[in-house]
Amino acid sequence: MREPAELKLDRVSKRYDAVTAVDDVSFDVPPGAYVVLLGPSGSGKTTVLSMLGGFTLPSAGRILIGDEDVTLVPPAKRPTATVFQDYALFPHLGVARNVAFGLSVRGVPKAEIAQRVAAALKLVGLEDFGGRSISAMSGGQRQRIALARALVTEPALLLLDEPLGALDLSLRRQMQEELRHIQRSQGRTFVHVTHDQEEAMAIADLIVIMNRGRIEDIGPPTRVYERPRTCFTANFLGESTVIEGTVVACTDGRIVVDSVCGRVEVSGDRAVGSLVHIALRPEALRIGRCADGDQPLGEMQVEDCIFQGSFQRVAGSNIHGLRLLAKVEPQSRTVGQCVPISARRSGLVLLED
Amino acid sequence: MNASHSGWDWISVLVMSPLFVFIYLPVAVLVLFSFHAGQVPVPPFEGPSLTWYAKVLASDRITSAGFNSIVVGVLSSLVATLLATLAAWGLARHRVPGARAIEALLFLPLAVSYLVIGVGLLVAFSAVGIGKSLMAVGIGHVVLNLPLAFAVVYGQFDRDQARLEQAARDLGATEVQVFLRVTVPLLRPAILAAFLLSLTFSWDEFIVAFLLSGFDPTLPVVIWGMLRTGLNPQTNAAGTLVFLASLAAGIVFEVALLRRRRDARAG
Amino acid sequence: MNGSLAASGAPVPSAEARGARRDALRGFALALPATLWTIAFFVVPSAAILVWSLFRREGGVLVTDPGFDNYRRFLEQDTFRLALWNSVEVTLIVTVISVILAYPLAYVIATRVSLHRQRTWLMLAVLPFWTSYVVRSYAWLLVLAPDGVVNRFLLATGFATEPVALSFNRGATVLGFVHFFVMLCTLTIYASLARIDPKLRRAAADLGANGLQTFLRVTLPLSMPGVAAGAFLTFVIAIGDYVTPQILGGNTELLMPQVILLQINRRADIPMAAALSMLLMLLVTAAYLALARWLTARRT
Repeated sequence: MREPAELKLDRVSKRYDAVTAVDDVSFDVPPGAYVVLLGPSGSGKTTVLSMLGGFTLPSAGRILIGDEDVTLVPPAKRPTATVFQDYALFPHLGVARNVAFGLSVRGVPKAEIAQRVAAALKLVGLEDFGGRSISAMSGGQRQRIALARALVTEPALLLLDEPLGALDLSLRRQMQEELRHIQRSQGRTFVHVTHDQEEAMAIADLIVIMNRGRIEDIGPPTRVYERPRTCFTANFLGESTVIEGTVVACTDGRIVVDSVCGRVEVSGDRAVGSLVHIALRPEALRIGRCADGDQPLGEMQVEDCIFQGSFQRVAGSNIHGLRLLAKVEPQSRTVGQCVPISARRSGLVLLED
Repeated sequence: MNASHSGWDWISVLVMSPLFVFIYLPVAVLVLFSFHAGQVPVPPFEGPSLTWYAKVLASDRITSAGFNSIVVGVLSSLVATLLATLAAWGLARHRVPGARAIEALLFLPLAVSYLVIGVGLLVAFSAVGIGKSLMAVGIGHVVLNLPLAFAVVYGQFDRDQARLEQAARDLGATEVQVFLRVTVPLLRPAILAAFLLSLTFSWDEFIVAFLLSGFDPTLPVVIWGMLRTGLNPQTNAAGTLVFLASLAAGIVFEVALLRRRRDARAG
Repeated sequence: MNGSLAASGAPVPSAEARGARRDALRGFALALPATLWTIAFFVVPSAAILVWSLFRREGGVLVTDPGFDNYRRFLEQDTFRLALWNSVEVTLIVTVISVILAYPLAYVIATRVSLHRQRTWLMLAVLPFWTSYVVRSYAWLLVLAPDGVVNRFLLATGFATEPVALSFNRGATVLGFVHFFVMLCTLTIYASLARIDPKLRRAAADLGANGLQTFLRVTLPLSMPGVAAGAFLTFVIAIGDYVTPQILGGNTELLMPQVILLQINRRADIPMAAALSMLLMLLVTAAYLALARWLTARRT
């Protein structure tokens, strides 16, 4: 079995005539990590995956898997295997022969193939389906077959292209858990592309957020969620309130910003007079009397209250028209009511421009 | 109105029955009177009798023409299918500059009457001293069938199939393995369909064979000659046999296409 | 850092270009045999027709001074002009009748037959398509003969008192053609109708359109590509067909293909045959351009 390998992208770009699909992208993935490339459609995430798999040659830059430069290595010779978006299962072969394909083209002995295919099918819970034809399989089963077919080749890097996109919601959540479980148990490096931010947060060790061919943010889900780096991340990954303002004072890594929510103090370093954006996650916004140490943000008028089980989602706006979002403990509130608001200090994040 | 509605409404029956009578009348008369015992294939029907089939099978002229038709049909269809498959592979799976122009050129013969293609070959062959022969007919039939075979095989090289080839490459298959283990098996129904389509077209083709065949005529040319004797049950018998042969190929063709569609749905 | 990265970035585009060139070369090599075949046995012979049409035959000898004598003869001699006119007339009549008869058949199969039986019915409707041209025309001769089944039927039912001359005239030619092209048009029109999402018909009905309105405003316009394809194929194949008019039409009026074959077989006048073939080719090209124009006009 191949050891899980480190993956390194070094200033990779892909240009198609006038369009730059991927623009100078670099990141490192430690061995055995579950990486999710997240972004809207057209963000370049699928092109990055395609370059990792060897289906697209980069216009510039290098891709390294382990110590090997694979930039120009064709797909067949790469230590990667892909779970394709719509699975790409061979309709002329049965389930077991689909899974066996990668071993059989490499000339692995028959007995070993049978044993490894059986193990792979067992791993995805389809041990009794080897003899079936592909057309008899459901969407979820096809997804598992595609996974087994890729895993059986023991790739250093498993690539998953929107693997759960075709499944319904409950099956998708279930498969997320299974993918995570399989990845942990095998200790393999997975690179998974999706536009579903909940999926990304549920499954990833490392999230790479892409937009317009560039990396917007990269880091563990909790870090990326709680301390987004850019405006795009703050809005694409979950919801945020973004407060705009001007720096009026700067001392010891803390700045004071004059904003539509009054004077706000946040950690960071910017020149006095510059325009800045501060992100605030709904969980960090508080309604009611300002607690000690918190940052008061003035008042907002409640516009909408939605009960969501253990919490209540409250949307409103202040007198300057800034829309604010809060997730708070359920409590009876009436639309039109004015409430004082404040923020946990650690929840105020100064965004890069 | 809707599809789940079973049984026939009277409008449908009213539309379908006269058209079906019209479509089947000549074939029914042809086949029926091939079993006629009398000398002229007109009502009232006498028989049934297999006399005329016996005469057809005993006629050297007809049987050798049938043999010629099979040879020309099989060989020209093999060549047309092979050339079409290679061209489809080349143009669908490679980025060839001017691919659109080549495609247009390959489809061009479809827009010209068989008669004109036949006259062109007659003129060109006589200019360079190639005489009338079965070989000339075969060359002409490849020209007629190449665009059709190309269209059928080219249609199969779609994005779905491209994905499957890519998946095979990703799993470590070499280019040859991709071709033999994925491309060809997935293409097989389309290739078979192209071959059978070419075969039936060649088998039934008259005008090019008439212009180019010389002393070794194909079956349609011989049947054409038989028409000079007027209405004759022997012509009915020969025609029925020709029809049954094309029908068999036509049905296999249909089945091959159907299977292809089912496979496509499975992927 | 910057320098080394620039250096590492450099070789990739050239590898990309090299791969693209090899790919293009391989693709071209694969398409080459079919391309050469088409050039050698289609493009060159077509050019030969053009060249030969400029030659002429005088007193049994081929004169190779290029000139437009054959085309002048075409304009001067009634037989040639009449043949072209007859061909156009017969072909247009056949095209219109074939489409009119095929449409209801295709429509019934596509909309009134349950989905899994449609293919079977379509196959049944076009089964005689597989009879060869020569055999099919001969079969019609049997049907239309003075003592054939149709005349027997007419006499027996009292519609006629003596056998009617049904064969060896334009009507018989048209009938023979229509029989074949009804099947062809049924195939193309069905293909077009089957592609229309049944939900569209339901949506039209839901919006208050009655059956006729739904047909005229939704189904018919969406099936026009199939009608156009069927009509075009009918025109192209029918205008170049020698067999049907020769067997069923007899010699009462000649169509272009018959006149062309007459030049080749009786007169051995290949240049004249070539000139008439050129005219036939031009006619088909004109039909094709008209169709293309009509299709683009519809789209805009």
